[in-house]
Amino acid sequence: MSGRRGRVVGTILPVAVGAIIFVGAWQLVVVIGGYPPYILPDPLTVGSRFASAWADGTLAGHALVTLQEIVLGFVVGAIAGLLVGYVIARSRLVDLVVSPYLVAAQSTPVLALAPLLILWFGPGLLSKVVICGLIVFFPVAISTLVGLRTVDAGLLELGRSLRASRRQVLLTIEIPSALPSVMGGIRVGVTLAVVGAIVGEWAGADKGLGLLILLAQGSLFDTPLLFAALLTVALIGVGLYGITVLVERRVIGDRG
Amino acid sequence: MSPPAIRLAGVRRTFPATGGDRLVALDGLDLEVAANEVVAIIGPNGSGKSTLLRIIGGLLAPDAGTVEVEGRPVDGPDRAVGFAFQEPRLLPWRDVLANVAYPLELADVARNEREARAHEVLRMVGLDGFAGSRPHRLSGGMRQRAAIARALALGPSVLLLDEPFSALDALTRERLDIELLDLWQQTATTVVLVTHSITEAVFLADRTVVLSARPGRAIATVPSPLGRPRGLEDLGSPDLAAAAAAVRAALGDPQEAGS
Repeated sequence: MSGRRGRVVGTILPVAVGAIIFVGAWQLVVVIGGYPPYILPDPLTVGSRFASAWADGTLAGHALVTLQEIVLGFVVGAIAGLLVGYVIARSRLVDLVVSPYLVAAQSTPVLALAPLLILWFGPGLLSKVVICGLIVFFPVAISTLVGLRTVDAGLLELGRSLRASRRQVLLTIEIPSALPSVMGGIRVGVTLAVVGAIVGEWAGADKGLGLLILLAQGSLFDTPLLFAALLTVALIGVGLYGITVLVERRVIGDRG
Repeated sequence: MSPPAIRLAGVRRTFPATGGDRLVALDGLDLEVAANEVVAIIGPNGSGKSTLLRIIGGLLAPDAGTVEVEGRPVDGPDRAVGFAFQEPRLLPWRDVLANVAYPLELADVARNEREARAHEVLRMVGLDGFAGSRPHRLSGGMRQRAAIARALALGPSVLLLDEPFSALDALTRERLDIELLDLWQQTATTVVLVTHSITEAVFLADRTVVLSARPGRAIATVPSPLGRPRGLEDLGSPDLAAAAAAVRAALGDPQEAGS
């Protein structure tokens, strides 16, 4: 198989078949279980609610706020993770001093801190960026650390034999070597950022998909809207994950 | 007579061992290699062959003794010395051309110039048709050729080869040995070759230096009976067999020495 036709058959077809099976199973559960729409609406009801909520602007406003929180939080957390991971990999002293706090902080669920962070940083954008940033930070820091620690000693010796400077070694050997590991951490981080934003909004927010989920369930009593909001969250997660995979292919390339 | 390209005198090197002891890898080692000479170093496992090569290449410092390359004391890696390792050590994210140009890039040679030079050395090792390939697309022999091309990129006057073909099958190895002879005819560099193969040593080198078991020191030197240029036909010659027997005798235990 090759070319356009090969791509359609090889990639799009399995995805489409998977989606059809998923929606079919959902419909089947609704029909067999006889659930009312306020417990489990059928796919068509959710689909039309999804469409109407996008059409009248209900979802768009909330989705944009959540997306902004995720992206900003991810960028802040990933940059901090890369820097701290690099410094720890470089210095044994920093490793000894910082690592215990890092692990302790990661063992404390950031989500449990959400109410406190809302208290400190308010119900707006900042608190969600902090929550997402904290959640993204750890996997990126650890994967950067591991990536830099596992650079092939043979390549480092090669660099030394060619009198490469500290900076040349970093740019031409260490960073390219660490990239696959770092990108693994970024993949994990991006999906966690979505969770962080939603839970952060539950703890207190003016706007966002997490808030919309609460509203749809509590005051609006609109379960199809709740599902439409969940669907939007899932699509954001899948979309961002897809982007990281594309970036990963681009930066890692054909290494065998 | 011109001064030796490489001169080692009284070289000693130890490594930390368990229990706070130190393992003596090399002790009292003397070696002189003339300019344009090819010297093979052979010895049992643990005789410090690779350590010796790394000391000449400035990758390891000796604990005692003097090391000079072209009259200058060695105090670190030198760009006039090319090093090819046992493994190809190619950067997997770069194509062959960029790998071979890598030493030139580190030396801040302009892009046009370094690519032209990389193509030139790739032609010498017969790999120019694969300039755009990633290392993992190449066979083991081709990868090792690329590594040797890289070691030649800076036009070194001394080439250090650390068992460069030991991971290859016998046929590929023989072919690369012959290519190495051609390469030497073209570049006329001084070569120090560490090998486990007695035949390879005698076939390639002007002189084979036999190291003792740990601590390694030079216990015998067997001159090659073959003239230059050499070719495939020399591999089966009785002269080569006689010299190989002399090396084997110096090594003492034929089982230990291998091929």
